[in-house]
Amino acid sequence: MATQRLFHAPRPAADLLIRSAHVLDPRGGLDEPRDVLIRNGRIAELGTSGGIDVPGDDRFDVIDAAGRHLFPGFVDPHVHLRTPGQEYKEDMDTGTAAAAAGGYCAIVAMPNTDPAVDSAAVLGALIDRAERDARVPVGFLASITRGLKGQELTEMAELRETGAIGFTDDGKPVVSAGMLRKALQYQRLCGGIIALHEEDPALSQDGVMHEGAVSARLGLAGIPSLSESTMIARDSALALYEDARVHFQHLSAVESVTALRAAKEADARVSGEASPHHLTLTDEAVRTLDSRFKMNPPLRSEDDRRALIDGLRSGVIDCIATDHAPHAVHEKEVPFEQAPMGTTGLETAFAALYTELVLPGEISLGTLVERMSAGAELYDLTAPRIAVGHRAALCLVDLDATWTVGEEGYASRSANNSFHGRMLHGRVLLTLAAGAVAYRRPMRVRGQERVG
Amino acid sequence: MSGLGGRGLRHLISIDDLDRPGIERILDRAESFAEVSGREIKKVPALRGRTIVNLFYEASTRTSSSFELAAKRLSADVVSVRSSGSSVEKGESLKDTVQTLSAYDPAGIVIRSPHAGAAQLVAGWTDAAVVNAGDGKHEHPTQALLDVFTLRHRFGSLDGLNIWIVGDVTHSRVARSDILAFTRMGAEVTVSGPPTLLPREIETLGCNATATLDRLHEADVVYVLRMQHERMTDSFVPSLREYAAQYQINSTRLRPDQLVMHPGPVNRGVELSAATIDSPQALIGDQVKAGVAVRMAVLYELLVGSPVLAAA
Repeated sequence: MATQRLFHAPRPAADLLIRSAHVLDPRGGLDEPRDVLIRNGRIAELGTSGGIDVPGDDRFDVIDAAGRHLFPGFVDPHVHLRTPGQEYKEDMDTGTAAAAAGGYCAIVAMPNTDPAVDSAAVLGALIDRAERDARVPVGFLASITRGLKGQELTEMAELRETGAIGFTDDGKPVVSAGMLRKALQYQRLCGGIIALHEEDPALSQDGVMHEGAVSARLGLAGIPSLSESTMIARDSALALYEDARVHFQHLSAVESVTALRAAKEADARVSGEASPHHLTLTDEAVRTLDSRFKMNPPLRSEDDRRALIDGLRSGVIDCIATDHAPHAVHEKEVPFEQAPMGTTGLETAFAALYTELVLPGEISLGTLVERMSAGAELYDLTAPRIAVGHRAALCLVDLDATWTVGEEGYASRSANNSFHGRMLHGRVLLTLAAGAVAYRRPMRVRGQERVG
Repeated sequence: MSGLGGRGLRHLISIDDLDRPGIERILDRAESFAEVSGREIKKVPALRGRTIVNLFYEASTRTSSSFELAAKRLSADVVSVRSSGSSVEKGESLKDTVQTLSAYDPAGIVIRSPHAGAAQLVAGWTDAAVVNAGDGKHEHPTQALLDVFTLRHRFGSLDGLNIWIVGDVTHSRVARSDILAFTRMGAEVTVSGPPTLLPREIETLGCNATATLDRLHEADVVYVLRMQHERMTDSFVPSLREYAAQYQINSTRLRPDQLVMHPGPVNRGVELSAATIDSPQALIGDQVKAGVAVRMAVLYELLVGSPVLAAA
């Protein structure tokens, strides 16, 4: 039997009729108004709009979703849940609540916690925690090296048997090519994706933002784009040589997209992700010296942003990942250079990308929806589908709704969101994950439509 | 508030807070304060009964002493807080320190910090007017104003003046504020220094950039930056000797009619030859002298410059 890789708290299976929502499932080629009947957590029936009779059973909720959109739930391969050790920033409950509020039906947590997820004991305790508190299924990457120090490999095989999806030293690069090569070789034994935060510290040094016109103006130490792209090129060569499966995290620069494209053309088994903030913001935002815009990799130039969008459109960039990185107010309320790197993103990812990329016509809604969950396939997880027989993992979105980020607070414990105060289009109304309602915004439930 | 060239000025964080008429207005007032400094009793009552807090998170001699003198000559009460020996050393955050000091109801807070954006943050945490006395490698606007003051005094105007800024531009807040202020006042600015110490895309600030001093003869004024010793350990330049050989401003590189400026403190024999420092070409003493009058003018502009406030 296959090892289980996603974990969540037990929740009551949903019985729900969603009427007349515009169902968009790019993988199934579905793009039209439908009725979706969910019985005991599974999609039982997919009827024409208004064509499914309301079940004669009181336990069924009926949602009139005419004018709303129903998508397969989003899957985020890159989240910092901060547990264990930094629960003042986020924990299993608040992090998965933020995910659910953003339409996510599954997320993957990074191992740069305190202690790091570098042993079966730490991973096992986290899995127990997820089975108690997680509102949506959570998967875990373990670290490639002990303590993310880049010196010794973790017990990768045991970590895989315990339930790790794969491995990453995210937050830090694996500086030594020799160390990474050993991990890639070991992957043949234990499987599991190896995800890489690419950064050459000899080039990024003490940089705090993108190296360019804005850093020149502000007198802030710059992180050159090639600190990322040279490592992607190096590690693509290693992946090709070892026939290893490698995923590049949070691409930020035009040179990185070029390097990833070249690696794919050479048939290396590589994939890449981009974040909502790198796809919608540039280093111009840093002119305010607002620490919400401090993240690693840094926000780069408009040329870089355009290259990421082109990559997303063409498929060179395989999926969207938030790199949700919560930090407490007191940590961010300091001069830019002193602030920790990271922005939250789970609650704003879809709306930010819909507002900034879909509405202006940069990418289609179908492409966005597909890339929002494409991380699942990359990490060998089942991609959510809106199809009969599948466990319900979907989200209902009002594309016409506008909202101001943060005005109702955040489900996340932290508020360091780079879209804070911005008005965005597209609001998640309902999220089902693993067959259960994980998030529901107050909305019209037409009691009179219920039978009985 | 009254306009500074049409805009109200509540804080002075960046040279970008000032347009050309705003700069001219502050410098005109500085001229009259320079006259006060020539009197036997060097005080005016403009800020009597009001408090100025000087909050210095970095070592400073001329900036801190000139701000202190400026406030005292305006008859303000002055509290100077330095990071060493204060609660800052005990780990108090900038926000808590500022909020604590704000309880004394200061009219103005002058802040020097090793971090870009510190003055701007402080402005959000206090009702006092905030003056940036240097934030990281970002800006040092009062230094730029006193540099413009010094040049205006000498040349009448900066229009068409060709100014070279030579040295470690990357780590210099003075260079950034000067580029902005000099160009705003009509000068043409060229920055020059080791390629390792010229930021990429520095031209976007409106200056020229070159790694050699080949065209230094075109300059009317050569503004020399301080070469800090720690740049050697970071391999930005191989040695002070190599730096001096390539970039030292001295009599062999200068024409006798070119003027020399430096924000201080000078490393004699490194970025400037001793003979040049002591020559009549050097305006370094004029710059120091201008410091008090210009900082008086800045404090006056922020705290009494508005007719509304002055009447109150």
